[in-house]
Amino acid sequence: MNFELSNEQIMARGLFEQFAEKEVKPLAQEVDEQERFPKETVEKMNKTGFFGIPIPKEYGGQGCDVLTYIMCVEELSKACATTGVIVGAHTSLACDPIMKFGTEAQKQKYLTPMTSGSKLGAFALTEPNAGTDASGQQTKAILDGDNYIINGSKIFITNGGEADIYIIFAMTDKSKGTRGISAFIVEKGWAGFTIGKKELKMGIRGSATTELIFENCRVPKENLLGKEGKGFSIAMQTLDGGRISIAAQALGIAEGAFAEAVKYVKERKQFNRPLSAFQNTQFSLAELKTKIEAARYLVYHAACKKEAKQAFSMEAAMAKLFAAETAMEVTTKCVQLLGGYGYTRDYPVERMMRDAKITELYEGTSEVQKMVIGSAVLK
Amino acid sequence: MKIVVCIKQVPDTNEVKLDQKTGTLIREGVPSIINPDDKAGLEAALWLKDQYDAEVTVITMGPPQAETALREALAMGADHAVLLTDRRFGGADTWATSKTLASAIKKLEFDLIITGRQAIDGDTAQVGPQIAEHLGIPHISYAEELDLEADFVVVKRQFEDRCHILKARQPCLITALSELCEPRYMTPGGIFTAWKTKITVLNRDDLDVEDSNIGLKGSPTRVKKSFTKAVKGAGVIVNLDPSESAVWLTERLKEKFII
Repeated sequence: MNFELSNEQIMARGLFEQFAEKEVKPLAQEVDEQERFPKETVEKMNKTGFFGIPIPKEYGGQGCDVLTYIMCVEELSKACATTGVIVGAHTSLACDPIMKFGTEAQKQKYLTPMTSGSKLGAFALTEPNAGTDASGQQTKAILDGDNYIINGSKIFITNGGEADIYIIFAMTDKSKGTRGISAFIVEKGWAGFTIGKKELKMGIRGSATTELIFENCRVPKENLLGKEGKGFSIAMQTLDGGRISIAAQALGIAEGAFAEAVKYVKERKQFNRPLSAFQNTQFSLAELKTKIEAARYLVYHAACKKEAKQAFSMEAAMAKLFAAETAMEVTTKCVQLLGGYGYTRDYPVERMMRDAKITELYEGTSEVQKMVIGSAVLK
Repeated sequence: MKIVVCIKQVPDTNEVKLDQKTGTLIREGVPSIINPDDKAGLEAALWLKDQYDAEVTVITMGPPQAETALREALAMGADHAVLLTDRRFGGADTWATSKTLASAIKKLEFDLIITGRQAIDGDTAQVGPQIAEHLGIPHISYAEELDLEADFVVVKRQFEDRCHILKARQPCLITALSELCEPRYMTPGGIFTAWKTKITVLNRDDLDVEDSNIGLKGSPTRVKKSFTKAVKGAGVIVNLDPSESAVWLTERLKEKFII
């Protein structure tokens, strides 16, 4: 068992850290307050090769390993969870399924522009009546000659409206239940595909979360991703990978808040002593740091299993469950350590606390992770 | 076109703390970076590569760990890297450094050599021009803009009170100011490739240079004393529009009977 990062990974982590510090952190508060999608950062990240880190070079990617990509999401999220999830949703939820299930023509047409040509990706499974129970899909795709005609709507879609390429799930045969769901690659701007309501959220407020509406949207047959009826399996496998990136986002949020708290308790004086001199402070920090490190190893382990092409579904679920709960606990306690100041927008920990909550909810709630882990244990 | 870029690995002075008792720098635990002027020079070379297609070789003299600076340069887009490392090079002043570098560069093909203006840990600004002298080629220092024109390199040279537009026929050397260009980031894929790229390592015996011109023994400079500059009074920052600030400034100067 080797816990050391390679020279490449250490240098890449340094790059992500430097980029986050210089390009991401200065915008984090503004992006949150104005609920603004950080287009300028997206452009810079695209130029720096952040949009296809684990994708092979032949498809325009960077040809790095999963852990390096995961550390990118982690480092970005330390400064701004919004920025972390833009990269995470694009890479894990949109690039990955095309890489894994796409035809060579689909990879050339869609993957390469997504990894190296500024086309952003999104993944659309959730519907008003199909959340945790994703099998309740009501969006329909009916084959008509060389096209599928898609009707229905999706909600809570990360990168919605900002993305150019969407992975859409729809029922091609309702009688078959989950085996009647298929996946499609759909381009923004196609007739019959519009962006609906944008959600106003508690956290990750710069991330675009929207509704997608399909009204007789014609999708060419060659844009079917994988085989007809394999959509549910594609979605579940994709979410397994996505969970590692959300776990990394959660880890980053926790680390970001922790760093702020450490800085604060060294400076802030009460009763003529810095807060850091009080045992209560030290014990609080010790507990939080231990949980952060435990979360890190779960997250990195899941990433390494995925890289090694081993089964990682349970590990990803455990990483996300634990990292998300850690992020929530760490950010809440960091606000507490900062006292009244922590509750104000003069310090970033209140934003981080709001951002942390989403990691317990999306790409499967904590309860869903427990379902995944439980069923794996009892198999 | 072939470009050689000289870089130096230096302690990140933003992170350096001073030992209050001895007045010396505390270097332990301080991260090493590519000297900022050199990094701007490297970016200029990479810009020329993007514009006109060039082959960029980075070269550095330093301890074995200077390899990291070369890997970083490769990850930004340089094609080749050369590390000059030998204990016998240690303690070199600018003369011995430039002699050593020039003797290594002689072994390479080049149309243009770019160095940074000066290093943040030495601040001499001598090594670049000295390399040009040893190689017998023209040099232009303090470049803030740079382009090519047929066989010439055209440079806007910054002086304190003016700028010069100068042309030099290739092969030549220029020294870059950090204003020359904003260095690009490495890319993750570039990093992974960089660690697979072979770095040419040269030692004393690979170079055709006299013993009297290398290392501490080949260094005529003797440091007599080093000390920390006395701190001047804090300045004042006023946020006024230009005409108001002119009035404000004149009043202050009048108060002090300067005007």
